[in-house]
Amino acid sequence: MFVVALIAFSLFHYVGDPVLNMLGQEATEADRAELRARLGLDQPVVVQFYRFIVNAAQFEFGISYRSARPVTDLIMERLPATLELAIISAIFAVVMGIGLGIFTALRRRSWLSKFIMTTSLIGVSLPTFLIGVLLIYLFAVELGWLPAFGRGQTVHIGDWWTTGLLTTSGLRSLILPAITLGLFQLTLIMRLVRAEMLEVLSTDYIKFARARGLSKRVVNLRHALKNTLIPVITIIGLQLGTIIAFAIITETVFQWPGVGALFITAVRFVDIPVMAAYLMMIGLVFVVINLVVDLLYYAVDPRLRVQGGAK
Amino acid sequence: MFKKTVLASAVIGAMLATAAHAETLRWTRSADSLTMDPHSQNEGPTHSVNHQIFDTLVYQDMDVNYQPGLATDWYVHPDDPKVWVFEIREGVTFHEGQSLTAHDVVFSLNRARHEHADMRGLLTSIAEVRAADDYTVHVETHDPNPLLPNNLTNLFIMSREWAEEHGVEEPQNYAAGEETYAVRNANGTGPFRVESREPDVRTVFVRNDDYWGIDHYPMEISRLVFTPIESAATRVAALLSGEVDLLQETPVQDIERLGNAPGLKNEQGAENRTIFLGMQMGAATLETVDTDDNPFADRRVREAINLAVDANTIQVAVMRGNAEPAGMIAPPFVNGYTEEMDVVLPADMGRAQQLMEEAGYGDGFRVTLQCPNDRYVNDEQICQAVVSMLARIGITVDLVAQTRSLHFAELARGEYDFYMLGWGVPTMDSEYVFNYLYHTKEDDRGTWNFTGYSDERVDELTVAMGQETDEETRNAMIAEAWQIVHDEIVYIPIHHQMLTWSMRDDIDFKVQSENTPHFKYLKFNN
Repeated sequence: MFVVALIAFSLFHYVGDPVLNMLGQEATEADRAELRARLGLDQPVVVQFYRFIVNAAQFEFGISYRSARPVTDLIMERLPATLELAIISAIFAVVMGIGLGIFTALRRRSWLSKFIMTTSLIGVSLPTFLIGVLLIYLFAVELGWLPAFGRGQTVHIGDWWTTGLLTTSGLRSLILPAITLGLFQLTLIMRLVRAEMLEVLSTDYIKFARARGLSKRVVNLRHALKNTLIPVITIIGLQLGTIIAFAIITETVFQWPGVGALFITAVRFVDIPVMAAYLMMIGLVFVVINLVVDLLYYAVDPRLRVQGGAK
Repeated sequence: MFKKTVLASAVIGAMLATAAHAETLRWTRSADSLTMDPHSQNEGPTHSVNHQIFDTLVYQDMDVNYQPGLATDWYVHPDDPKVWVFEIREGVTFHEGQSLTAHDVVFSLNRARHEHADMRGLLTSIAEVRAADDYTVHVETHDPNPLLPNNLTNLFIMSREWAEEHGVEEPQNYAAGEETYAVRNANGTGPFRVESREPDVRTVFVRNDDYWGIDHYPMEISRLVFTPIESAATRVAALLSGEVDLLQETPVQDIERLGNAPGLKNEQGAENRTIFLGMQMGAATLETVDTDDNPFADRRVREAINLAVDANTIQVAVMRGNAEPAGMIAPPFVNGYTEEMDVVLPADMGRAQQLMEEAGYGDGFRVTLQCPNDRYVNDEQICQAVVSMLARIGITVDLVAQTRSLHFAELARGEYDFYMLGWGVPTMDSEYVFNYLYHTKEDDRGTWNFTGYSDERVDELTVAMGQETDEETRNAMIAEAWQIVHDEIVYIPIHHQMLTWSMRDDIDFKVQSENTPHFKYLKFNN
């Protein structure tokens, strides 16, 4: 986390001067120097970094240069939107990915499988923003079925969590961004499941299982699928982090009020406190996810547990 | 979606036949207001939102003419040329019920002059603000200032009582690290009240039925919903799909499409912004130029560049017609503008080449052109066109196009030899242009003059036109100054930007050159 902070902080010196954005064009050089001094931007980099680390350790990220509000408030306000979007699109990607992966592995030769495999190339090769724009034009402009932007009506749960999952407009607004964000992961998982499944299906124990006369269903889902899941879980875990991080693009295209859109606006304005806090948060998300993935291995793969127990 | 809304509002309209119109307008543009605190930021989208909630003493209507707001009249004090008198409108109340008096005006002007207020840059000429009685305000300036009212069009009036009650007598201080009450709450006298606000997501306004101007203006919108949408493609899609009714800042590439779409129309007008190129002509040598001297110091080189950069071609090829080629850095509605000066000479490569040879640069030279790529309409493409145009007279241009925060930071440090800049004239008077762009660079004047240009007479005229109260003498000064800088070719003007707003075709609303919509003027044709 310290390294993330260091890299993030050193990058800020290349993004421009926040003071120019904060003061209008009538401001004089003296006004700018005065504001710089008030913000502590005239201090040596080492001093600035030290202050930042001390504050960050206490979850104190200062006040946004752009909106004059505490950064922690801004992020907490926006986080539910991003998490909801990321989780829904992850579920979409995992369920559809595993399902389609199994289907295409078992019915390798059917035309439907071939069609799915071909269209999945779109998910891999098209950039996210293009997929988003195409979906908007098709479903919002041409067909008029779904909203083009925003999060719809939200409902407050508790003190700070807002959800769009309880209203019709919230759910309708979620569909397009969730597909856009999850499409790449979906195709990735699908192709991985298919490849692993094909490999497992040709192994001896599957052949023996078939020979034992077990039903197709049991062979495919219990014996084969379970053994394909280990690499899939690793990928899913890592991809969940990417989903949260890559939500930046989807959120910008759909004007989704999450932390990614907040970050993009902050970059444009050189809103250093917001950028720093966001990068620290993403760093934390990756660390936590890696930890969870490691723990899940234990749950899925009994061999690891045996080794651990033997010590 | 859109039909349903119309139908629904028609039904509601019929139900409330005796009341004023009940219509919702959903409005979008690329950026949200930064803060509700009216004095802490001097920034376009912030002012646009605040103009719906607050009033100013004087404001610019949809044709950018000056109109009485909270001041019913204003004039220079007959006995003292340094004092402006503002007569304050009587019987005006704030949204939360406080009555407006001269003391609120004095309080607001002083608050905007506070060292933490970004608005103070417009008020540096003021020495003292005082209330002569409950409905008269005297503003005393250091020197006579004929342009004072022009500087007040974005200066919003707050209630003193409200500010004291909520501890927001001073504007937000970023260094303090705290959010003040005024950042998210507003109590103005304007045509709309804020019903709810989620920054960067949605702001909902409702009509202020106690507005002092309720009978003077159409005031047909009962509910105004503002949703900023950052991505241009999404913004356009939202209008096409009927999720918004009015789109400010239509992207150039979509103007034609929206104009042809059923149920929609475009409104266009000149924007208060001129795009031009600047050259460092004052330095002895230049870092990015491969000669031992400074070619830009030679007027013939500047003239050659002016002849080679073809604004007419840029208008057609880069801007798709949505720009007005310019010969001077001031749009038509600014005092001091003349058509003769704004004439664009046809490109003349032969003459340009000849001038380059006369100046001793027949073989050309190399220079770096610095451009923003996200600030002006098609800024990077304009620069690319300039690169190929200058190549024809032997000038090899290396183009650096980068994001605005880097471009303007480096520009402000005076690091550029050749750069693009755009300039608007919020005071509607040439003095503003001379003060910032042509005056010798000093602490408080010429702050945006990065050309090294310095002319004693222009400096003298600039200071004088800021103080001269006789209109005729003053206009003669302005004309003389324009003639000098025009002959010297200090900048290479390219064009005046055009503004396009797209909307439902039953909306009657014009483009405002300051890009500030006043929704109290909007009408529905049904």
